[in-house]
Amino acid sequence: MARRSRMADWLDVRSEGLLVVPAGVYIDPVRSVDRAIVTHGHADHARPGHGAVLATPETLAIMRTRLGDQAGRHQQPATYGETVRLGNVAVTLFPAGHVLGSAQVLLEHAGTRVVVSGDYKRQADPTCTSFDLVPCDLFITEATFGLPVFRHPPAEQEVTRLLAARALHRDRCVLLAVYGLGKCQRMIALLRAAGHDAPIYLHGALQALCRLYTDLGIKLGPLHPVVGTTPDAMAGAIVLAPPSATRDRWMRRLPDPMVAQASGWMRVRQRAKQRGVELPLVVSDHADWDELCRTILETGAEEVWVTHGREEALVHFATQQGIRAQALSMVGFEEDGA
Amino acid sequence: MNRFARLLEALVFTPGRNGKLRLLEHYFAVTGDPERGYALAALTGTLSLATAKPAVIRALVAERVDPVLFDLSYDFVGDLAETVALIWPEAERKTEAVADSTALDLTEVITTLQRSSRTEVARLLGNWLDRLDATGRHALLKLITGGLRVGVSARLAKTALANWSGHDLTEIEELWHAQTVPYEALFAWLEHRGNRPAADLALSFRPLMLANPLEDRDVTTLDATQYRAEWKWDGIRIQVVGHGDTARLYSRTGDEIGATFPDVRDTIRFHAVLDGELLVLDGDRVAAFADLQQRLNRKTVSPKLMRERPAHVRLYDILVEDGDDLRSAPFDVRRTRLERWFARIQPERMDLSPLIPFRDWAELVALRDSARARAIEGLMLKRADGAYIAGRPVGPWWKWKRDPLTADAVLMYAQRGHGKRSSFYSDFTFGAWRQGALVPIGKAYFGFTDVELHQLDRWVREHTLRSYGPVREVEPSLVLEVAFDSIQRSNRHKSGLAMRFPRIHRIRWDKPAQEADRLESLERLIDA
Repeated sequence: MARRSRMADWLDVRSEGLLVVPAGVYIDPVRSVDRAIVTHGHADHARPGHGAVLATPETLAIMRTRLGDQAGRHQQPATYGETVRLGNVAVTLFPAGHVLGSAQVLLEHAGTRVVVSGDYKRQADPTCTSFDLVPCDLFITEATFGLPVFRHPPAEQEVTRLLAARALHRDRCVLLAVYGLGKCQRMIALLRAAGHDAPIYLHGALQALCRLYTDLGIKLGPLHPVVGTTPDAMAGAIVLAPPSATRDRWMRRLPDPMVAQASGWMRVRQRAKQRGVELPLVVSDHADWDELCRTILETGAEEVWVTHGREEALVHFATQQGIRAQALSMVGFEEDGA
Repeated sequence: MNRFARLLEALVFTPGRNGKLRLLEHYFAVTGDPERGYALAALTGTLSLATAKPAVIRALVAERVDPVLFDLSYDFVGDLAETVALIWPEAERKTEAVADSTALDLTEVITTLQRSSRTEVARLLGNWLDRLDATGRHALLKLITGGLRVGVSARLAKTALANWSGHDLTEIEELWHAQTVPYEALFAWLEHRGNRPAADLALSFRPLMLANPLEDRDVTTLDATQYRAEWKWDGIRIQVVGHGDTARLYSRTGDEIGATFPDVRDTIRFHAVLDGELLVLDGDRVAAFADLQQRLNRKTVSPKLMRERPAHVRLYDILVEDGDDLRSAPFDVRRTRLERWFARIQPERMDLSPLIPFRDWAELVALRDSARARAIEGLMLKRADGAYIAGRPVGPWWKWKRDPLTADAVLMYAQRGHGKRSSFYSDFTFGAWRQGALVPIGKAYFGFTDVELHQLDRWVREHTLRSYGPVREVEPSLVLEVAFDSIQRSNRHKSGLAMRFPRIHRIRWDKPAQEADRLESLERLIDA
């Protein structure tokens, strides 16, 4: 489905993803391409096997950790605020506040400013640089939580609930389901900030990225692998694992685990119940409805394209505000870990 | 309100009984009067409050939220109360601390609802919702639409009170129904600040005497001359409390269920406390358990339903007669009193569960095995000299179920369990053959050992054909010997059959699936 805006007819939606025509570069392509700009390291945005990748140094480091030699043959780091010319397009990355290294992409060409938000949030996060508002003419926004039922409470409050539940059930362990990149490290940092300094136990799949965050200067405190720890030692402890592990045989080694999950989807009870979650925590690395709306207005954009999620409600909102808006359907993006 | 709302939310998500108890105990410990008393009443369903219809709630939200955005949200969330709770506009972001300080408390909400009409509720609701956070709004909307549904029985709440206070559960149960909301005297006594509340116990629930299963014990080790036998009825246990013009019906857990069975309750004019089995009649025969199920858990009941499925009590014990507490008397004495009382009063919609005369155990065994009539589960053995003792004392009462029926069925689907079992495929749907295809006939999640659970789990994972969320469809090749108490016709199931109390009896690793039972052979087991 190719849609051309009157304002930015140099952007094209191809099956690979959003193409910046005069630069010959795709943004977060879903298949391997010659030239890509990658907004952040999540698997549905950072695919393996690209020829050249432009991203922040942190995102490139995450890609190397996750993808090894598939992380892109030529890697071009760009720090926040540094402008890179690709063809006759000026490309600048700005912090998106989503996960470590996450970026919005500002494209300037033919007198028009376009911002691709990537995934973003505006709530504070101790593990990444805060979102920068970038004024633009065309704003391409994510919409993962693009319904007004999604309002994320302050994450600190959810962490307090987690610690209270743990205090009430000292003989059990809390098994906290988190996405491996971003949510995991953010929850650990929030727990530390709330004064929880006991060792935190990690599922094997989370270790490499925690190590990378630590290497990049994010303090996470004492982390131990679950493997090799006796069940007794984990009673009363907090254990982190990817969501799939909470339904897996892996969890049988834990002492009477109370399954918690930190995700924006936990706001809807039926979703939490379906996933067998005992302690749902509404902590998201995405903008909630209020932030999505506020950001659209604050960018001053005359036109908005909505992608990645529930586009319809956000298009309706923007239209009501007198902003031209349309849904931009792109395939290959997942909702998990939100 | 917020603390209560958070308790409700935690109760909904906590699967186990012990976890729920801990939440309740903690709540009673940290919450003051009268709020915790109102909470207790709300949880145990003893409040009668003004309610609001869903249409009222929709109208309120329509004043505040764009209709397109509301509809998109409702489509996504699926539940009206939850959608409204989540989408309700908040002037400023409410943290829990802020929500607490603007305190709309539960006491205010409940006492207002107790004296309001429906129209007044509609007027109050908008303002209340403005003062709460999302969790609080959800609790309020559920309270006001009459659907808390958090899985807390009166018995569980009382157990939490007993655990927390250190008082005896039996004592709490006896006092309970003489107490009035918000239970301040009760809490004072529980906290050792006050005396045991004086109470007119005439209408109280008397904690039940329960039987132990005889299965693991050889009946011949008991002295046959010391026991009396009755049929064990397949209904629900009920305690009938009559106090002149007022009457109450209590379930096994001490929940008052009179409103569900007004056909029984409203005929009562006597002064007595009776123990018996609640059944539904079909003409002069006992109807299938499924018919009784149609009448359970209803707050109101239509005349049509009462006509088609009339409730009836089969009496087997008398605890109090005209203020005379008989519980310390021996069974034989109580039985004589019961029979005389029954002859004198001739209560409507009640009859006596007959004593079954027998000379020795052999005769009784033969009777038990031949008794396949509908509504008979087996036998009850009661010691002639036994007093009526609350709880489950070992010795005086035995339940002696007839041997279960069994069938060889084929495992079709397995579902992951909850709580401790959430990593195990532990809920099994099995089927029988009909014209070369399997038809599901039942579902069971117990009867196997822990070791067998591990084996079944592994088998399911290795023989999965398809996954549907938490459910796996498996290769139709494992035979389960399923035990069940009875099987009845049911038009709610594809197979046309419903099993009572199915459990996995044995795993037939050895048996080829083709040799499992056919549907026709199960149909032959349907009760006469």
